[in-house]
Amino acid sequence: MYRYDKYDQAMVDARVEDFRDQTRRRIAGQMTDDQFKPLRLKNGLYLQLHAYMLRVAIPYGTLNSTQMRKLAHIARTYDRGYGHFTTRQNIQYNWIKLEQAPDILAELATVEMHAIQTSGESIRNVSADHYAGATADEVIDPRPWAEMLRQMTTFMPEFSYLPRKFKIAVIAAEEDRAAMRWHDFGLRIVKNDAGEIGFEVYPGGGMGRTPFIAYKARDFLPQHQIFSYLQAVLRVWNRHARRDNIHKQRMKILVHELGEEEFTRQVEEAFQHILKLGSDFPQAEYDRIAAYFAPPPFETRLSDEIDRSDPDFAVWVDQNVAAHKAPGYAIANISLKPIKGIGGDITAEQMEVVADLAERYSFDELRAAHTQNLVLPHVRKQDLYAVWQALVEAGLADANLDLVTDIIACPGLDYCSLANARSIPVAQKIAERFADEARQKDIGELKIKISGCINACGHHHAGHIGILGVDRKGTENYQLLLGGSGDENTTQAKITGPGFDEDGIVDAVERAVEHYRGIREPGERFLDTYRRVGMDGFKEAIYG
Amino acid sequence: MKIITGNDLKTGAVIWWTGQDWSIHVEDAADVGDHGEQILAVEDAALRVNGGYVIDAERTAEGVRPAHIKDRIRALGPTVRPDLTLKPADPNAGNWVI
Amino acid sequence: MAESGNPIPQAASEANYLRFREDSPADEPAVSLDSFFEQPNAVSVRIEAGDDPQRLIPHLSRVKLVEVDFPKFRDGRGFSTARILREAGYTGEIKATGDVLVDLVYFMRRCGFDSFAPDVAIDPAVLEACLNRYPHVYQHAADDAVPIWQLRHPELANG
Repeated sequence: MYRYDKYDQAMVDARVEDFRDQTRRRIAGQMTDDQFKPLRLKNGLYLQLHAYMLRVAIPYGTLNSTQMRKLAHIARTYDRGYGHFTTRQNIQYNWIKLEQAPDILAELATVEMHAIQTSGESIRNVSADHYAGATADEVIDPRPWAEMLRQMTTFMPEFSYLPRKFKIAVIAAEEDRAAMRWHDFGLRIVKNDAGEIGFEVYPGGGMGRTPFIAYKARDFLPQHQIFSYLQAVLRVWNRHARRDNIHKQRMKILVHELGEEEFTRQVEEAFQHILKLGSDFPQAEYDRIAAYFAPPPFETRLSDEIDRSDPDFAVWVDQNVAAHKAPGYAIANISLKPIKGIGGDITAEQMEVVADLAERYSFDELRAAHTQNLVLPHVRKQDLYAVWQALVEAGLADANLDLVTDIIACPGLDYCSLANARSIPVAQKIAERFADEARQKDIGELKIKISGCINACGHHHAGHIGILGVDRKGTENYQLLLGGSGDENTTQAKITGPGFDEDGIVDAVERAVEHYRGIREPGERFLDTYRRVGMDGFKEAIYG
Repeated sequence: MKIITGNDLKTGAVIWWTGQDWSIHVEDAADVGDHGEQILAVEDAALRVNGGYVIDAERTAEGVRPAHIKDRIRALGPTVRPDLTLKPADPNAGNWVI
Repeated sequence: MAESGNPIPQAASEANYLRFREDSPADEPAVSLDSFFEQPNAVSVRIEAGDDPQRLIPHLSRVKLVEVDFPKFRDGRGFSTARILREAGYTGEIKATGDVLVDLVYFMRRCGFDSFAPDVAIDPAVLEACLNRYPHVYQHAADDAVPIWQLRHPELANG
């Protein structure tokens, strides 16, 4: 994985001192909160319900054991012993003190991490396929390009105050595991007929209160023009977005108002101009970065056999282990969705277990997935049993990847100052309802996603079943949506009808699931059945 | 009644105005009547509270109860982590927020 | 950049007017973009946040001062305005007015702003710290700072 050189380190160290100075000025009263807020947000520091919250970037979801141990140390020293993996491959701490935030950033900088641009009206942490570098179906590893974008979008002067946040995702496989088309700027790396590498470019996606799926603006953008193209997109948006209504300032709204064709035309015009400025970086720099992502020294002649004699282990292998590009290796997913737990939460002790496993069994590499789970990307198949045993010991061996209990949920009203309703208790009640392993297995792949407000951090628009918490006259109310997806056939979920209270929504989900089980055809997932039959039958089953 | 709440500038902790000072316990909150904004202006300048605001609440047998669920959750702590709330010994404390 | 130092200029004639240029300031008040086109002798022009700076490009040869207004610091359109003018070859003064946040002045300088007349005076000590904070830059901009990727590959410098 990528390592900082003296330049990267100097920039991150400088940012720590910058934020230390800003914090000092705020505490000394030299700045109002109105002035300080955008500065702290650009460094990932929110004020939430109970405390400050710090969001730390995990660029394209990749981290090593040293970094994970540092995250554990921060959880223990500056927080309450745990952290929360988010839906964009970041980690958040919920109990941060403002006066300690600069020290935390200094700790992070010692392990080549930061919280730069993890919030606020800025270009956020670049996300990527969490199987990058391990899956056989990718054209190239997308992470060198993601790292290039990380560097080039750090402190971009012209975009110091964008209209709203801007999220980038990069994938390089047919299968989209990163919800790429739900981003402001989605990229899929492809190879053309001449064997050259380039990008399919998808601008204008985003969830929130007005969801849009990104459209394809380019079939093939030569790889070394990507930074110019990105600048053109940003410039058109920065200049022409509305500035009078924060809810209408995301780029997706501008794309919608101008129309895809006109937006593309303006971008192409700006692009032709910017391309001449020569701001794209050269092949030599790409090569330098790409060298860090060279495949680890995989052993050859390993057996592909897995001893499945322990039935519990076999269940975990079938559900949580994915195919690796190297013979004898596997991708092991670590579920952070225990039935009675809080999705994405992990204790300092568990972080250390995972760090040890990465160091010992996965070439010191870990991934955070946008589904709030973790990944050991390169495990020898012969080591899977030992890995699983350690995970069992740590309470991390739930075999529910992509099943009905593998629920994405935002922090909701238990933590978040924007939320209208709690998300976590709903996720817990649904998980308990479907806890039976055989029942989960029978239902098959089913992605439930829960947001506690219309900002949609819980990705409800992309849920096979989506749940949106709203405030109805001071009480929590939950709307049910069906048919969303964040994969390569991206669709937006549709609302079924009137909302429910907390117990009602769990019943409604169960009725939808049972309806699916009653009418599915062989091999159909919930989403397939929904797409085949449409909303009406489900609606009847849900509302009777 | 009208009470004032906000977060401690340095620590982020939820705090309630007692009439003289700030407390982390909602039961200590004082009724400020129509003087909320006035008090906040002074306290804002004193650099203790961040993002202070005035809310409706009522005095019940169990103590001061903020009118909105968000402020009741702020008063208690996350309902999904009773161990991290102000009432870690009371497993049913979360029911109070609903 | 830190290596060369970034001294704070002496205040120009008015209070709150920081100027990073050697030449003498234009002594005409800036007029609106529309008025500028109507007045063939005008040399100072004011661009509001919603104005299109590209309209000015054919007339840059007679411009000595462009004022770019920031109605609120949350409105970042002025950053692109400065870039567009510098990319078009404009070398005269670009002055930021309005709600200028000291922490953003460093980035404004990189976009081509070379004077500042904010509504509220900037603390010079804070400004100096902000301007000298970052030792390097990751990208090209309107200044002559060399991006990190270029520092990493000195062999490409003349080729």
